[in-house]
Amino acid sequence: MKIICIALIGVALLAGSAAGAAKSGSVSLVAYSTPKDAYGKIISSFQKTSAGGGTDFSQSYGASGDQARAVAAGLNADLVALSLDPDINLLVGKGLVPKNWAANSHRGIVSDSVVVFVVRDGNPKKIKGWGDLIKPGVQVITPNPFTSGGARWNVMAAYGAQRRAGKTDKQAVQYLYKFFRHVPVQPDSARAALQIFAQGKGDVLLTYENEAIYAEKKGVHTQYKTPKATLLIETPVALTKAGLKKPAAKAFYKYLWSSTAQKAFAAQGYRPVVKSVAKGYKFYKPAGLFTINTTKLGLNGWTKVNRRFFHLQKGIVAKIEKSLGH
Amino acid sequence: MSRWVLRFTALGYLTALLLVPVGFVFYRAFSDGLVHAWDAVSSGRAVHALELTLLLTAITVPVNTIVGIILALALVRGRFPGRGLLNAVVDLPLALSPVVVGLALYLLYGRGGWLGGLAEHGIKVLFAVPGMVLATMFVSLPFVVREVVPVLREIGTDQEQAAETLGAAPFQVFRRITLPAIRWAVAYGVVLTTARCIGEFGAVSIVSGRIEGKTETLPIYVQSQYAFDFNTSGAYAASVVLALIAVATVVLLRVFQPKEH
Amino acid sequence: MATDAAALRRPIGAATSRVGGGALARGVAMGYLSIVVLLPLAALVWASRSGGLAEFWSQATQPEALAALKLTLGLAAVCALVNAFFGTTIAWVLVRDRFPGRGLVDAVIDLPFALPTIVAGLTLLALYGPGGPFGIDVAFTRIGTLFALLFVTLPFVVRAVQPVLLELDQEMEEAAASLGARSFAVFRRIVFPNLLPAILSGVALAFARAIGEFGAVVLISGNLPFKTEVSSVYIFQQVESDNGTGAAAVSVLLLLISLAVLVGIGAFRRWRTRHDHV
Repeated sequence: MKIICIALIGVALLAGSAAGAAKSGSVSLVAYSTPKDAYGKIISSFQKTSAGGGTDFSQSYGASGDQARAVAAGLNADLVALSLDPDINLLVGKGLVPKNWAANSHRGIVSDSVVVFVVRDGNPKKIKGWGDLIKPGVQVITPNPFTSGGARWNVMAAYGAQRRAGKTDKQAVQYLYKFFRHVPVQPDSARAALQIFAQGKGDVLLTYENEAIYAEKKGVHTQYKTPKATLLIETPVALTKAGLKKPAAKAFYKYLWSSTAQKAFAAQGYRPVVKSVAKGYKFYKPAGLFTINTTKLGLNGWTKVNRRFFHLQKGIVAKIEKSLGH
Repeated sequence: MSRWVLRFTALGYLTALLLVPVGFVFYRAFSDGLVHAWDAVSSGRAVHALELTLLLTAITVPVNTIVGIILALALVRGRFPGRGLLNAVVDLPLALSPVVVGLALYLLYGRGGWLGGLAEHGIKVLFAVPGMVLATMFVSLPFVVREVVPVLREIGTDQEQAAETLGAAPFQVFRRITLPAIRWAVAYGVVLTTARCIGEFGAVSIVSGRIEGKTETLPIYVQSQYAFDFNTSGAYAASVVLALIAVATVVLLRVFQPKEH
Repeated sequence: MATDAAALRRPIGAATSRVGGGALARGVAMGYLSIVVLLPLAALVWASRSGGLAEFWSQATQPEALAALKLTLGLAAVCALVNAFFGTTIAWVLVRDRFPGRGLVDAVIDLPFALPTIVAGLTLLALYGPGGPFGIDVAFTRIGTLFALLFVTLPFVVRAVQPVLLELDQEMEEAAASLGARSFAVFRRIVFPNLLPAILSGVALAFARAIGEFGAVVLISGNLPFKTEVSSVYIFQQVESDNGTGAAAVSVLLLLISLAVLVGIGAFRRWRTRHDHV
């Protein structure tokens, strides 16, 4: 009797495992924490097209770095939609994503955004610029840079803004030291940071513009300000080697740059990258916008920046975190 | 007077720490109305999360019960070297943080782990149901054993030995003498195991991969609704389901409480 | 005659030791235990030393890891002490006092065993965090983390002390009281020594639980390195940051410490009760 029970359980386990494995016509999307609503709509509209009809999607959202690690550890992914290039390049290093993943007309970038300040309704602490973040008594919420992609965009925006204001590299790094002293809590993802801010913690939240718009949609009592000097956020998507074998995944990847998909992104507050679609929307153009490739501000591309600032032991931010204990 | 002081201290502590928080779950879940709460828990994803939680429990509890009884018998009646070690191993899950359990499974079955090769042969353990089953089995292992062991010690082997000298076969002895003697302890242990399975969060979090509608248990769904989807009322609605199960558990624990002699 | 002799030669208890399936069932059970518990733990220990002993030590003693460990042990100790006090008080009130609803209160003690830790964490954050209805905001502080730990460890001391209190013969207390001893002195000199082993058992369990707690703590404690980050959250973050070796090293250290503390409490308990003949 016992043996029959155990055997049945074993069968159930195997069946469950088999069922959980990818069915034919099923696409796995692993993404960072914020674009869930956008991808939800895009997937629905894709499933109505002839290329996408009947395709089953499995979706997972989480902090960008965390998701990359999970895929490296074996999480099924046909498409990885992460917050920044280094997280995808991590998977290239593990042989899961082809080296030329970014070889399309948009360098693999599917949507843009900018780093903004989210403050309480009425902006009681009068936060306008980067200098206000390090004023006494101001508490800044930004996620953990070692798990969240958004956090890394935030830090580089802060650094770049200092450089743009004429500061030297050393002074800009000093700003970062001061900056982190004002951070009482570092949630693991951009979305978690928004949640904590909405709960009432902190005076200003650094996040993607699309997250600020999402907050307003969800009725959180906040408003957002785009600082004059800020960083252009470019979020990439890549087909994994597994995804390249699936026609449905390849079709979905292409679909992301269709005007329907780009409009769906725009509806959720993301800046479309396809010019013809972007023309139809009036997104605020910060006068001091720079990118991660603006070398004259010391931003020489994600690969170098990631290593210099976010290396787990030797990165500048790692050193800053250590110093905070004293 | 001191009686009232004691009463006030004890009940005040319980109210502030236990009753108010648990009550608040119900309050928050229904504060937007019953319909809203119902909608929140009847979405496909929430229903799947509940189903997955129940599936993990349905697989784990029978296995850990059967194994638990066997191990309890081995610990109390067995004569083999290393019984002390076995005792320690059985108790280990109670001393381990669930995060550590999840990490251990992640290291074993992840790419590069000793059993990482299973994934390449089509047997997905991590980020799929089997990994979550293993995590649940790990953390809920000790309960039946720990409840049965003291009872077995107490009842001794007299009756069993008597039956044996009268010619009963081992399984008959077990079925007719041992099992009835330990059944309340087993029931109590089963309830504890079930509660642990349903409530498990830390270990399954690490091995689940958070695949919506596929590897989310109800506790993971609660956290996801709260921290990701900004759906606080959804999180509370799902929490109420879990809280109701918890209340049912507590009632069952009272019913099966080991009887004092 | 021959069959009788054969029967005599078979040791008594041979069948008894086969009750429950005997060697085969036992083997299966041990195999299960090995695959489910021992193998993953072996992989953990292996990973923790995969960079060599020096790397293990360096990872385990990272400033942030050490800070988390100090905080974890400190909070668990405070939690255990608070539980010793309140748990004993609650057990006393439940056993010695009579009031309407006592049975209900008694049942409710088991709720922390039954309620998922994430639900507990969620509601504690909502109640005693920013925006809470009582104007108390201890979210992202050590006190808040302590609240979460107190919640999940509530039943341990209570349930350890209750049965002992129930069994306690009240004659000695009555005798002492009739000789004029005040009730606190009676408690201190007569009741408490009898309860101490049970209290220590409960404290040991509460401590072990508090050291490893994750779900209740992860929402309310915040991620502040060096300030409110406990070891379980640190380990989780190390896993998320792809530092499996570091996570494993800290886990092994945490496990060794909690085992040492449990053994220590057990030894202390045996020493204190060495003159008892129970």
